[in-house]
Amino acid sequence: MGEEVKVFGFWSSPYTLRAVLALRLKGVPYEYVEENVLGNKSPLLLKYNPIHKKVPVLLHNGKPIVESLVILEYIDEIWKSKPILPKHPYDKAMARFWAKFFDDKCMPAVWKPFWCPEDEREKAVEEACQCLKTLETALNGKRFFGGEEIGLVDIAANFVGFFLRTMQEVTGLELLSAEKFPHLFKWTDEFVNHSVVKENLPPRDKQLEFNRVIIAKYEAGEIKA
Amino acid sequence: MADELVLLDFWHSPFAMRVRIALAEKGIEYESREEDLSNKSSLLLKMNPVYKQIPVLIHRGRPVCESLIIVEYIDEVWPHKSPLRLLPSSPYDKANAMFWADYVDKKIYPSGKLVWGATGEVQEAAKKEMIENLKELEGELGDKPYFGGESFGFTDVALIPFYTWFYALETCGDFSIIEECPKLVAWTKRCMQRESVSKSLPDQYKVYCFLMELKNKFEAK
Repeated sequence: MGEEVKVFGFWSSPYTLRAVLALRLKGVPYEYVEENVLGNKSPLLLKYNPIHKKVPVLLHNGKPIVESLVILEYIDEIWKSKPILPKHPYDKAMARFWAKFFDDKCMPAVWKPFWCPEDEREKAVEEACQCLKTLETALNGKRFFGGEEIGLVDIAANFVGFFLRTMQEVTGLELLSAEKFPHLFKWTDEFVNHSVVKENLPPRDKQLEFNRVIIAKYEAGEIKA
Repeated sequence: MADELVLLDFWHSPFAMRVRIALAEKGIEYESREEDLSNKSSLLLKMNPVYKQIPVLIHRGRPVCESLIIVEYIDEVWPHKSPLRLLPSSPYDKANAMFWADYVDKKIYPSGKLVWGATGEVQEAAKKEMIENLKELEGELGDKPYFGGESFGFTDVALIPFYTWFYALETCGDFSIIEECPKLVAWTKRCMQRESVSKSLPDQYKVYCFLMELKNKFEAK
């Protein structure tokens, strides 16, 4: 069809992974352009996302789409195979609600305990666990948030699906465990073993090493949380 | 069938205003129940256990939460009620509309809160940010009558409720929005000519008094 699809991303970004997973799930060929988000932002990134200056950016036939949840909805509308949103408006609204909950509440809450001062940690862990508990309730015993197949919420929640356990491994701080959140924990296994997901996750060793590097930089005061 | 549709509402909430406007644009009947946010109803707590916040649209007993998600839901369930959809049909234009609605949530709401709610340096920084944000919005509007183009649409619905904050922003922040963003102000006047908007928005001065009461409550704590 002569379509041009590009993704500007960062290999370790859960937000970039959202766009990648959706495209891969639908079998859409695309060109990937790596941005070094820890260094200087490229002129192209600043051109395509002048407001937020962030990855991911989806470029479709020269037109940029930004903000990962907006990108997911766009991808689902353009490429109809393997839909990631449910058909029924109410179910769609619920999926959108949980994806937004993940971004607004869950993501900051599960990220914080790894980066906050010692005296704030207990409260941060409590809040993170509260979010994980809510997520587990949302999962409602299903295999995936999307039901039998991964959907919008699974893709949006990839930080808990993959990255969280790598942070836990490197720091020894355990938020998500099989004992505390059995269904959610099982979901992370289903997620990382999903046929499309497992081909597109950051390599585990590389991610663990990256976690160690950024934690060391943070502890040395080189980067802020 | 108004008994099918209940809106858990709060007159001064810009987020609730979005839903009222969307329902009015589509000519949909509903029952509005005003919540006392200092004493939330058991219905609200049951229908929105995650956030315990308004607005909540209860449709045939099932809750939809988060204002932009509610507006999208309304647009999808009642596409026939208006010759115009609130969201554009082209996926790219739709993505653009969602981007700018999200921008209002990420930028206008937080910086606005600090302009009327904070003092000193924090307020000063928020004011600079707010003016920048309003200018960015004005840039996106361009010469179009609405953010949606020729028709009033999703982004217009997302942003216009914050017009009720203008008096509070200008008074607390000591600046003039019409001086900084004349085109944006012209857009607000255009929107206010629509009955769906004018009937859904409280008076700016009353909102200012309400916000100042809130501010005093937080400062007292």
